[in-house]
Amino acid sequence: MDTMIETRGLTREFHTGKKTVTAVKDLDLHIAQGEMVALLGPNGAGKSTTLRMLTTLLAPTTGSATVAGHDVVTDQRAVRRAIGYIGQGNSAAHAQRAIDELVVSGQSYGLSRTQARTRAAELMESLGLSEQAKQKVMTLSGGQRRRLDIAMGLIHAPGLLFLDEPSTGLDPQNRANLQEHILDLRHRHGATVVLTTHYLDEADALAERIVVVDNGRVVADDTPAALKADHAGDRIALTFSSPGDASRAAERASAAHPAAQVTHTSRAVDIQVAGGSGIVAGLLGDYAQAGITPSTVEVARPTLDDVFLSLTGRSLREGRTDTSIDTLEEVAA
Amino acid sequence: MSAVDTHPTRTPDAPAPVSRATSPLHDTALVFVRELRPVVRDPFSVIFGIIQPLFFLGLFTPLLVASSGQSTADTLQWFVPGVIVMLALFGTSTTGANLQFEMQTGSHERTLVSPLSRSSLMIGRALKEIVPTIVQALVIVGVAVPFGFRPDLAGLVVGLVVLSVFCVGLGALSYALALAVKENQWAFWGVQQTLLFPLMLLAGILLPLQGAPGWLEALSKVNPLTYVVDAERALIEGSWNGDAVAGAAAAAITCVVGLVVGARAMRASS
Repeated sequence: MDTMIETRGLTREFHTGKKTVTAVKDLDLHIAQGEMVALLGPNGAGKSTTLRMLTTLLAPTTGSATVAGHDVVTDQRAVRRAIGYIGQGNSAAHAQRAIDELVVSGQSYGLSRTQARTRAAELMESLGLSEQAKQKVMTLSGGQRRRLDIAMGLIHAPGLLFLDEPSTGLDPQNRANLQEHILDLRHRHGATVVLTTHYLDEADALAERIVVVDNGRVVADDTPAALKADHAGDRIALTFSSPGDASRAAERASAAHPAAQVTHTSRAVDIQVAGGSGIVAGLLGDYAQAGITPSTVEVARPTLDDVFLSLTGRSLREGRTDTSIDTLEEVAA
Repeated sequence: MSAVDTHPTRTPDAPAPVSRATSPLHDTALVFVRELRPVVRDPFSVIFGIIQPLFFLGLFTPLLVASSGQSTADTLQWFVPGVIVMLALFGTSTTGANLQFEMQTGSHERTLVSPLSRSSLMIGRALKEIVPTIVQALVIVGVAVPFGFRPDLAGLVVGLVVLSVFCVGLGALSYALALAVKENQWAFWGVQQTLLFPLMLLAGILLPLQGAPGWLEALSKVNPLTYVVDAERALIEGSWNGDAVAGAAAAAITCVVGLVVGARAMRASS
């Protein structure tokens, strides 16, 4: 497949006073045409900095990147023409009317006024914004504004779309809607999509490939399924009526599945193992033969949070305790 | 969020539009029209911008008449050109606040990712300042005429051209200030207000600078606004003299400096 994004040793440092913080460190990333990739990581991991470099908003300190075949430093306008971008803020100015911003945006990509109008009307229709077309952006609801952002990003039907934390601030209903739009864009246009998120379910639902970023580095890069299988198997949680049963059950599980991580605390046994759902039946049969009967059995699929925890030793949900890169970025930029 | 948004979820099929290269002129015109649109649709800001200068005209002219002993018509002949420059100064120097708001909400960032050239983003915005300034100036002239103000028509036209050139430069500087202080509103207004009043007072808009202490006169000589005000007075009087030329030069220099600084700030913006 053709290369859409290629970075070599991409690095970005921010300086605040005498302190240098490396937001992105030696990033080598290859994204092929048509891929749907999520950059996943906690706040301050370097996701947005990476996206800002790829969209020409920020110059790399060292290293290089080509996007849609164009260098992000020496050929910025060609990159800009080739991409669509949905940032964290609102794309349309609040003092403007929704339709005007869409049409002007289309014209800025070289569409004729007529083309831009037609395209804007189609997008507003499909995003359920037709009635709001002539409204000022500031009078739209949060969900409507976010849908307008999507329309702005799609006005020129870009072959490559970047989304920076697309669903931040959206209620669950609108978040689901947004995900449908992204998937739809993908299926209809075969567009390449790169998004950043710290929502696990979002990365899981959308991306075929997840690049886990932490402290400016890529710590894992694979499909959601492979990441989970490799880094955080299924979890089988059992409870027993007596501590004796529990410890015997734990021993038998370890013996039968040497690869499994077995932990046991008084009456509970936790078994973490790849393909765990497939071994439950055999395990219970073994317990029945040994005369042990669990009181409860629960099988949980791993989440990307488990993956992140296993990769970094920290949970994605925990706030970072060290200085956030985002804050430094604001000071330094 | 109030109501749950329900809508069909289908993006249109058409991958047809492919982005094409555009000329700097196309880009600048696009930015200019975009900037102008809210002003035209909602002319409240233009009307609001006239109120303060109207107060000066209505409440300050009688004081000038009383203290100078000249006729109202003669006083207006001297004062109206200054009021026109004042309204341009007030309106244009605050325009960066609009950009600052767009920086906060995110739309500025979106324009930076678009293929619009950085200089067209600055020049298009700055050129828009001309329109409200001219409309407001003509209203002031229209209000003053019944009280005896008699501008030389050709001079007025050229005077407005000079003022427009000055406004483009000042507008660009205001945008550059917004880009420099980023989202810090306090810093924007602090700098704007701190510079606005000395510039205005030292340009001799409200009172003539004749007889001012030497140091004050020296300061007024390095204020480009002084030359613009003198040029407006000369042109509106119908005298095509050195003052007019000096003012046109000051306006042109302000314009070039403003656009260069502004375009540079826009390029550094991220």
